[in-house]
Amino acid sequence: MAVSRDEIVQKVQEVLVDALGVDDDEVTIQATLMGDLGAESIDFLDIVFRLEKAFGIKIPREELFPAENLMTNSEFIHNGKMTEKGLAELREKMPHTDLSQFEKNPDINKLGDLFTVGAIVNYVNNKLNAA
Amino acid sequence: MRWIWIDKFIEFESGRRAVALKNVTLAEEHLHDHFPGYPVMPESLCIEAMAQTAGILVGEAAKFQEKVILAKIKKAVFFHYIKPGDTLELEASIESFAPEAASTTGKVTCDGRLLAEIDLMFSHIDQNLAGKQFPQENFVFNSRTSVFESLLRDVLSRAGQKSEQP
Repeated sequence: MAVSRDEIVQKVQEVLVDALGVDDDEVTIQATLMGDLGAESIDFLDIVFRLEKAFGIKIPREELFPAENLMTNSEFIHNGKMTEKGLAELREKMPHTDLSQFEKNPDINKLGDLFTVGAIVNYVNNKLNAA
Repeated sequence: MRWIWIDKFIEFESGRRAVALKNVTLAEEHLHDHFPGYPVMPESLCIEAMAQTAGILVGEAAKFQEKVILAKIKKAVFFHYIKPGDTLELEASIESFAPEAASTTGKVTCDGRLLAEIDLMFSHIDQNLAGKQFPQENFVFNSRTSVFESLLRDVLSRAGQKSEQP
């Protein structure tokens, strides 16, 4: 059964309000999890667990938040910037994420900004409605 | 000295749920300061008791092969004071379990009356901070230590009786 995007947005917002203790008006589609909503590393797992429960799906951790595996690979990172190869890897691993801003200046310190509320919504939407 | 905030387990279903008892007594010195003339168990220590109940449950689920640390207090709501003479029943259940972490839900009751709801998250630190060394002695329940067996004495003896029945 297809789940509408509005329903997904609403449930994702509820999950983030509960997991991060933020107000629901802070959880905009553009909000970044770390910068705007103050998420720390353990919160990402909490979010994954809560999403699995809310939507009845299985989420391999590296699928929703794959970037940390890329950080340790010297082929993908050079002088604090992500290489072409790294960007290609990101595009493949994170089709649910808008990379256009990041590609202009692929500073790895900005990598955290890729984790937005919208990216989670896209991911869940793909997962639920692709099959 | 180990800082143990539960007295014993009364139920233990591996990987699913566990129930521990904690008797609160005026012999605990901190109750005389918290507060003078009105002793109540600090809520932070009630969270610690739940963290031990749930932490042992999570540790045992991975056969104590992972070092388990409390990573996040997802929820801690207290409905009534906990006072000397109370026998707390701490019930913890595993909600989610992954190679890196686990989340648990928990209820604290006394004579069937709900005192607190405490939901926690634990991290398996070897999976998250690979290569970093931690002193073994920091981890009380990293194997079937005598402390763990003693906490489980009732559960173990009951299991023994059951297996002896024809």
